[in-house]
Amino acid sequence: MAAQLTAFQRLQLVLTRHAGVRRTWLLVRWLLMLAVTFIGLLGVTFFIGRKIPIDPLLAMLGERASVQAYAAARVALGLDKPLIVQFLIYVRDVLHGDLGMSLLTSNPVIDDIKRVFPATLELATLSTFIGIVIGVPLGVAAAVRHNRWTDHVARFIGLAGSSLPVFWLALMGLLLFYAKLHWVSGPGRIDPLYDGLVDTRTGSLLVDSILAGEWDVFKNALSHIVLPAAILAFYSIAYLSRMTRSFMLEQLSQEYIVTARAMGLSERRVIWRHAFGNIAVPLLTVIALAYSYLLEGSVLTEIVFAWPGIGSYLTGALLNADMNAVLGSTLVIGATFITLNLLTDALYRVFDPRAR
Amino acid sequence: MKPPHKEWRAWLLTDTPASRRQAALGLAYRRWRRFASNPLSVFGLVILTLMIVFAAIGPFLPLHDPLRQVLSDRLLPPGSPSHWFGTDQLGRDILARLVIGSRLTLSIAILVVVLVVPVGLLIGTTAGFCGGFVDTVLMRLTDIALAFPKIVLALAFAAALGPGVINAVIAISITAWPPYARLARAETLRLVQADFIHVARLQGASSMRILLRYIVPLCSSSVIVRATLDMAGIILTVAGLGFLGLGAQPPSPEWGFMVASGRGVLLDAWWVATIPGIAILLVSLAFNLLGDGLRDVFDPRQGS
Repeated sequence: MAAQLTAFQRLQLVLTRHAGVRRTWLLVRWLLMLAVTFIGLLGVTFFIGRKIPIDPLLAMLGERASVQAYAAARVALGLDKPLIVQFLIYVRDVLHGDLGMSLLTSNPVIDDIKRVFPATLELATLSTFIGIVIGVPLGVAAAVRHNRWTDHVARFIGLAGSSLPVFWLALMGLLLFYAKLHWVSGPGRIDPLYDGLVDTRTGSLLVDSILAGEWDVFKNALSHIVLPAAILAFYSIAYLSRMTRSFMLEQLSQEYIVTARAMGLSERRVIWRHAFGNIAVPLLTVIALAYSYLLEGSVLTEIVFAWPGIGSYLTGALLNADMNAVLGSTLVIGATFITLNLLTDALYRVFDPRAR
Repeated sequence: MKPPHKEWRAWLLTDTPASRRQAALGLAYRRWRRFASNPLSVFGLVILTLMIVFAAIGPFLPLHDPLRQVLSDRLLPPGSPSHWFGTDQLGRDILARLVIGSRLTLSIAILVVVLVVPVGLLIGTTAGFCGGFVDTVLMRLTDIALAFPKIVLALAFAAALGPGVINAVIAISITAWPPYARLARAETLRLVQADFIHVARLQGASSMRILLRYIVPLCSSSVIVRATLDMAGIILTVAGLGFLGLGAQPPSPEWGFMVASGRGVLLDAWWVATIPGIAILLVSLAFNLLGDGLRDVFDPRQGS
């Protein structure tokens, strides 16, 4: 039998036979995967940056630049070197935190991103929090009351979450709750009156204002964030309740649940201790995924709410052909996304014995 | 003597079909009955059929010119005589723009699927069929592509390629293939162990023939289900690109762009942004419902 194995299969066998070797190999493989994925992302952004129809030199120098000036700039920017060398230089620059200068703000892109990213994180974190608090219990309730009205409500929300255009829902929310009902404050992160009153410590206005004890600032910031957070949270609720529901349905149909009930355990204990306990790990990975989706979803939402986060920054740069800023934001969002994605994968393997 | 339609039904539902055609038709009929038993899926199918019919005959309908600006008819509310859905800030008829715009939305979504599905199928079936090193490399590539942020990358591609319909299609396609590769691989792994594949191989069928004539056709039903469900997401992405001004360019009536152009007059004329948004919602909802129905028919295991 062993004679028929290829060298590749033999290697796989060696790496998976002993538990210790296996665990180390899994870790190494995960790190390799992370590194390769990052290089892939860098390759994509590099490719986009170099292969765009807009000539970066002409964009910089203007159309009437002399041939000499053009050639000099080409050498200065390293565009005369082979593509692979250019890529290595690009990777080195990115690893040193150098994402180039933004044409629009004339700041280094990395500084701009450091300024705007906390606003996005605040929005996405609050939305995910709301999503967990409402979505998970809703999913459990839907599974427990399978095919009854709670289940129908959950399925309806799930369906709406994958059919509603987020930018449109945001506009409708603004029209109803801000313009007509005056329940919330309008676009932006805070009223100009309160802007700059609290020191930036965590980057989250809500937390910073609590730390500074400025309750007026806190209330104002809250009235601004509540609507965009609710809109984004809706998608989170839809996704989390759908996943929780299907995980729970699978557990509740297992025989150990029948046994637990036959033993006379209370329904609450059966559902929360036994069934829910078994879905905790997959649920955790799904929550992390939901968070990374929200980071992406916030791009379109931020524009509607003029939220000064990375989404607004990215689209502003997009529309002004500020490619350094576009690629820098793509890299930062992409890196966060990839890390979350692969981290959930690792979490799953570590905590769920069945996946080992 | 039974009435003719009952006879047809008995012929279709028989346990002992006399010919291949009877068996195939019987299977199709059974699937249709399953599908039709879910009113929501039928609702999705009806909406989509109507949408496609209207998109096809749109230019021949007695509608206003979607591009003609009549400044004296600016911002007429819905329900106005001869402008059922009202007009926008340039006096263009919103209904006409919706109908003509549906051609754009549907063709972009279909184009993306047509581009993406064969690529995903090819990569997935090759990986599953060859196994070993090829499988590892192709699936690592797929995993890497899966870990990318889709919308943001599509935005970056659209920005680099410049705005426009074709570029939007390319931008979305580049990020949309990995799930199909995974799906096709999983199906292939399940199929290659089947007896009829071994029989075909013993009869001397080449790997290429087994792949193209046996495995790919058998993967296609789950791929079609997936593609239908994906259409909703693609349409939302197309609309999102349009909303940002990176999709079809004005004056062409792209739905996402119509919503964006209604932003400025949202408070005075809610319908300019609201109505195209409802259209987007309806199409993606219809694709979701249809996809759910198809999944229940073709793959009852995954259903609820």
